[in-house]
Amino acid sequence: MTIDPMQTSPLPRLALGPLLYHWPRERVLDFYAEMIETPVDVIYLGETICSKRRLLRPEDYWELGERVIAAGKQAVISTLALIESDGELKTLRRICSEERFLIEANDLAALEFLEGRPFVAGPSINLYNQRTLAFLAARGLKRWVLPVELGRQTAADLLAVRADGVECELFAFGRLPLAYSARCFTAYNRNLAKDDCQFCCLDYPDGLLVATQDGEPFLALNGIQTQSAGTHNLLPMLDDLTRLGVDLLRISPQSEGTGDVIEVFSACLAGRMDRTAGLSRLRDLAPSGLCDGYWTGHAGIAHTHLGERVR
Amino acid sequence: MELVCPAGNLPSLKAAVDNGADAVYLGFRDDTNARHFAGLNFGDKQIRDGLRYAHDRKVKVFVAVNTYAQPSGWERWRAAVDRAAELAVDALILADMGVLDYAAERHPSLNLHLSVQGSATNPAAIGFMQRHFGIRRVVVPRVLSLPQVAHLIENVAVPVEIFGFGSLCVMVEGRCLLSSYASGQSPNTYGACSPAAHVEWRDTPQGQETRLGGVLIERRGHGEPAGYPTLCKGRYAVNGEIRHAIEAPTSLNTLDILPDILAAGVSAIKLEGRQRSTRYVAQVTRVWREAIDACQRHPGAFRPQASWHQTLAQVSEGAQTTLGPYHRPWH
Repeated sequence: MTIDPMQTSPLPRLALGPLLYHWPRERVLDFYAEMIETPVDVIYLGETICSKRRLLRPEDYWELGERVIAAGKQAVISTLALIESDGELKTLRRICSEERFLIEANDLAALEFLEGRPFVAGPSINLYNQRTLAFLAARGLKRWVLPVELGRQTAADLLAVRADGVECELFAFGRLPLAYSARCFTAYNRNLAKDDCQFCCLDYPDGLLVATQDGEPFLALNGIQTQSAGTHNLLPMLDDLTRLGVDLLRISPQSEGTGDVIEVFSACLAGRMDRTAGLSRLRDLAPSGLCDGYWTGHAGIAHTHLGERVR
Repeated sequence: MELVCPAGNLPSLKAAVDNGADAVYLGFRDDTNARHFAGLNFGDKQIRDGLRYAHDRKVKVFVAVNTYAQPSGWERWRAAVDRAAELAVDALILADMGVLDYAAERHPSLNLHLSVQGSATNPAAIGFMQRHFGIRRVVVPRVLSLPQVAHLIENVAVPVEIFGFGSLCVMVEGRCLLSSYASGQSPNTYGACSPAAHVEWRDTPQGQETRLGGVLIERRGHGEPAGYPTLCKGRYAVNGEIRHAIEAPTSLNTLDILPDILAAGVSAIKLEGRQRSTRYVAQVTRVWREAIDACQRHPGAFRPQASWHQTLAQVSEGAQTTLGPYHRPWH
């Protein structure tokens, strides 16, 4: 599948979202060593889920960030999505004061610290409309990740009115971030208290699968975060996303095959790979099947295949 | 400490006022509020009657416009804010930054509260919303333990309201998309969690099944009581075991820690349940009025009466109650 020669928008660039899971330190370092070699333009780094996960400290992420920049890519430091304690707030403030990098805000608290300098609004900042977009743009917003439950119509409406220099990123591949809680669901399902969690989330490098009683994969528990079990996938919509003027497509890290996913997106964007072949490859790489319903205005879990009909 | 009670319709508003509410909160009849249920909420006449009834008895009326506007619906949210301003309500409860920005600019004298759906859980987040929109109260999401609530109150310049009783959201409010993942509609986009039109009940040989958007969210034995069809309270297979993977059907009830809530400096306590019956509103309002009065008189000697607990247990989801996040071991 090649790109429509009539279309003039630049192709969306690829971004690697922050690692949402808790992996051993060596594995994380190996992962990023591999990711730096892939054709993504942007790499988001940092812990966004749980402040107890400290196998990598902010300094480690900054060091990784320098390597990302040295490889000719943009490094963005992502921050915690749910801030409850003073300690978390203090760490957030410290991360936000690091001016070498663009910072991704994932809680309103980060907006307080980042206002007046360039920042990214991550998917857990509720930017649902043009007035919020304009308000944040006036405060330094350079890029926003569309909240994942919003679909094509809202994306198109916002893209049409965004200020110059404000980029739109879509969550394009991965288990969807759906909810955050005070409770750690991984510990809860291991019958452990959160304060004595034993870092049991290390046992689930793609989250702990929750299936319905009739055996359908439904959710994935990742500490205090609940994700979809299905992997959200916008590959079939690439032409439409390009026409809409979407700037970046986020690929969310998973334990196996992230590099392959990036390669599929990259090859399909460049017209080096047939879209159907790409889709079939992604189907094999998703741990519990694909979905795309949010983008097409349906339930997020739905797999509408609408994109396949766009051609 | 103010007692803020739910009103899904005019009879419930009157029940709340008659039974001791200091304030009632309600919504318009559309998706601009987070209890967008069929047959619920206030049209023009009801709201005018309700305002008169409450104000004549020195009870405040708050209007919730606490869902998130998308560009295609923006005019509805703007109109809701304008209407609340025109009605001279005592406070407007908002969540969306864009809507807050509009309300603060267009109606600078309007008293704005940050809804629980605004998802502000810490001093920096609350400070941001106060600095830009002049919010005069924040309703904090159900994620903080009571010591954290007390600490928050010491560190913000905005009065803090907390949920004291009712159906328990397990996720940080305003950032839970579970409902739309299964049904296409969420509290943020549509004003309802697990909307009734997407719920199916089925009797099968394996048991009674509840589906949301076709997804099996609960299967229980014949004769087991059915909970509310919210997907976070269903049973699922995790590591080969069928269990409540997120939370059991249970309600929040903070009656036992009321003296600590008072001592923490909480400005207002909110009862959940605009979708519940007038009888529910009357009963829970009466119990909480008595409890708050008793606690304020003698905080040291406060003991919840057995009859209060009995009344509340009768109306609780799953007939079980919890202190939820206010009690650290819940986390």
